[in-house]
Amino acid sequence: MDFTFSNDQLLFHESVHQFFTNEVTPELIRELWDSPSGRSDALWAQLVELGLPALSVPQGHGGLGMNELDCVLIAQECGYAGLPEPLVDTVLVGVPLLAALDDDRAQLKDTWLPRVAAGTARLAVGQPGRALVADAHVADLLLLAHGDEVHAVPRAAVTLTANASLDPSRRLFRVDWTPGAATRVAAGAQGRALWAASLNRGKLGTAAQLLGLALRMLDLAVDYSFERKQFGKPIGSFQAVKHLMANVAVQIEFAKPPLYRAAYTIAHDQAAQDVLVSHARLACGEAALLAARHAIQAHGAMGYTWEMDLQIFMKRAWALDKAWGGRGADKARIREALFGGRLAIGAGTTFAAAG
Amino acid sequence: MQLNYTPAQQALRAEARAWLAANVPATPLASFDTAEGFQQHRAWEARLNEGRWGMVTWPTELGGRGCDLIEWLIFEEEYYRAGAPARVNQNGIFLLGPTLMEFGTAEQQARFLPRMATGQDIWAQGWSEPGAGSDMAAIRSTARRDGDHYVLNGQKIWSTRAVWADWLFGIFRSDPHSSRHHGLTFILLPLDSPGVTVRPIRQLNGLAGFAEIFFDDVKVPAENVLGGEGMGWQVAMSTAGFERGLLLRSPARFQETARRLVQLYLANREQADRDPAIGEAVMRAWLDAEAYTLSTYMTASRLVQGGKIGPESSTNKIFWSELDQRMHETALSILGERAELLPEAPDAGEVGQWLDGFLFAQAGPIYAGTNEIQRNIIAERMLGMPRA
Repeated sequence: MDFTFSNDQLLFHESVHQFFTNEVTPELIRELWDSPSGRSDALWAQLVELGLPALSVPQGHGGLGMNELDCVLIAQECGYAGLPEPLVDTVLVGVPLLAALDDDRAQLKDTWLPRVAAGTARLAVGQPGRALVADAHVADLLLLAHGDEVHAVPRAAVTLTANASLDPSRRLFRVDWTPGAATRVAAGAQGRALWAASLNRGKLGTAAQLLGLALRMLDLAVDYSFERKQFGKPIGSFQAVKHLMANVAVQIEFAKPPLYRAAYTIAHDQAAQDVLVSHARLACGEAALLAARHAIQAHGAMGYTWEMDLQIFMKRAWALDKAWGGRGADKARIREALFGGRLAIGAGTTFAAAG
Repeated sequence: MQLNYTPAQQALRAEARAWLAANVPATPLASFDTAEGFQQHRAWEARLNEGRWGMVTWPTELGGRGCDLIEWLIFEEEYYRAGAPARVNQNGIFLLGPTLMEFGTAEQQARFLPRMATGQDIWAQGWSEPGAGSDMAAIRSTARRDGDHYVLNGQKIWSTRAVWADWLFGIFRSDPHSSRHHGLTFILLPLDSPGVTVRPIRQLNGLAGFAEIFFDDVKVPAENVLGGEGMGWQVAMSTAGFERGLLLRSPARFQETARRLVQLYLANREQADRDPAIGEAVMRAWLDAEAYTLSTYMTASRLVQGGKIGPESSTNKIFWSELDQRMHETALSILGERAELLPEAPDAGEVGQWLDGFLFAQAGPIYAGTNEIQRNIIAERMLGMPRA
C-alpha cells in the first residue's frame, strides 16, 4: 500500500508546471482568444518538443507508453494553466481510443499514432449523444460516434459549424458527416466498450483540469487578498475573506485523493471504474465551482471585469463542469451502484477492488 | 503508487479480525460516561492489551506491535468493522503515550506507560480553562515551585473523562511574569491529590462526559513535570500534533456510519424518497467518507516514507466533523417522527443509536480547536494569507 506519486512523476509534473508558467501566460491566452482558430501551431510545437502529445502513445508507435496515472498530474497542470490546446483530450481520450482498436485496424493505428506522437497530426473525439466536438477544426482525424459505432473520419470529409462558447478558449463545432463502411472502425459490443472507456477517460481528464483550475483560482484570490487594501489593511487579513478561501482549500484537499484513485483504477483496469471516476468528477467539479464563486467574491467588483485574469479560469471551469456528461450522469451512476447493492461498503472496503 | 495490501498487511488484518471476532463483547458495554460503563471499558482495555491490540503503534517492548500508520489504519478498519467498544483510554494511549515517548525521562516512561497500557491508569486532559478555550495561550492556572514540589492553583474545564479518570495531564503557568505561550509547564498528577475538586458537567445527552477541575494548593512532586519547566507549550503542541489527531479520527469510524446510513435509507426508502434530498445526502455521506479514507491513506503513505505533516491537516478536522454532522442529520431525517424518541422509549422501534450519535456530532466542530480556528490556520499557515 503506497498512495503517493513516484519521484519521477512528481519531477515531470514540476517541469511541466514550470513550462506552462513561463509560456502559457494569461497574455498568450488572451491573444489566442482573439485569433480565428484560437490555437497556436507554435505552442503545439513546443508541447510536442516536450513529448506531451506522445505521452500515452504506445512505445511501438513512437510514443512514451505512459498510463493514466502518469498523465493525471499533467492534465491537472493543463487546468491550472488554462491551456487552450486540446492536449488532455488527445492524451487521455483520443490516443487511447485509437490504440485500443483491433489489430485488423493496424494500418490506421500505424498511420496515425506515430504522427500524433511526432506532432504532425492531431485528433478530435466526439461523444455518443453529443452533437458538438471540441477542436475539430485543428484535427486531422476525427473519431466520431454513430450509435455504438466508432468512425475514424478525415477532416476533409466533414463539415464544421462553429458554436461560440462562454469560454473563448473552447472551440466547439457541430460536425456534419456521413457514416459509411469505409470510416467504421468498431461496432456493436466492441464499440460500446470503447465509448464507455472513452467516457471515463474524458471524465478523468475533465476532473483533473477542474482541480487544476480550482487551485489556480484559489491562488489568484489569495494573491489579490494581499494587494487589495480596505480599512487600511489587506482584505486577506479579514477573517470573513480567510474563511472563504479556507473552504475552497478544504474542498480541494478532499478532491485530490478521489482523482488520483480514479486515475490509478483506470491505469490498472480495475473493477468499479465508473463509480470511482464519477466520484472524482463530482469532487473536482464542485471544488472548481466553489473556487470560482469564492474567488470572484474575494475580487469584489474587479472580479466582474473582463480585465482581470480570473475570468479566464472561471469561464473554463464553468464550461468544463458540463463536459463529458455533466454531474447528473455521475450522480446517477453512483446512486445505482450504491443503492443497487453492487458495492462493498464500510470499513476496510475502500481498496477491495485492488485486492 | 501501489493501492493493494502486502501479504504481511493482509495477515495483520486477518489476525485482528479473528481476535476481535473472538473477543468483542456480544452485548454493547454501557456508556463510559457512567460509573458502571467506565469500569467495563477499563476491563476491555486490559483485554485488548493482553491480546497486544491495545496500542498497535507502540513499540513491541511496551506491549505494542510497532505498527506503521498503514497498519494502524488496517487495525482500525477491523476494529470499527467488528463494532468494538469505544476507547476510554484514548487520552492516554493516543495523546499522552506518544508524548511521554518523545519528552519523558526513562523513569517517567517506566512509571506511566505500562499502567497506561493495561488501563490501570485512565488519563484525563486539563488544557481548557474558563478564559482559555480557542485562545489556549491565555492559561491562568498556576504552578508555583516550592522546593521539590509544585503547588497548583486555578481551574480547568471541559476535561474529558475526568469524572472517573485516575490521572490528569495539563499545562499550568509556572512563571508568574510570563504571558501567552511562554512560562507554561506540562504537569502530570493523580486526580485524587488533596486539594483537587472534580465537578462533573452533564453533556447534552445528560451524562457526565466531562468535568471542571479546581486546584486549591495542590502539591505535585517536581518529578511529575514532563519536558522541563517552561516547556509546556512545546510539549502540548506535540501532544496535539496532527499525527495524533490522525490517530484519534480513524476514517473507519465514518465509513461505518456511512454504511449504516445506506442501510437505514434502503430499509426506509419509500418514505425517505418523498424528499429527494435525502437520497442525495446518503450518497454524499458515502462519497465523503471514502474521500476522507483516501486522504488519510495518502497522508499515512507520505508519513511512512518520512514526510512531514503540514498545516493542510487542519482541513481534516473540518471535513470529518462536518461530515459527521451531515450524516447524523440525514439519519434523523430518514427516521422522521421517530427520530426524537430515545432508544428506550416503548414506541421507538429500531431507532438505534442515531440520536446519541447526532448529539455527539454537534461537539465535533467545537472540540480540539474549533472549525473557525482551523479555518484561520488553513488561511494563514497553509495559504499564507496575511495575519489579522
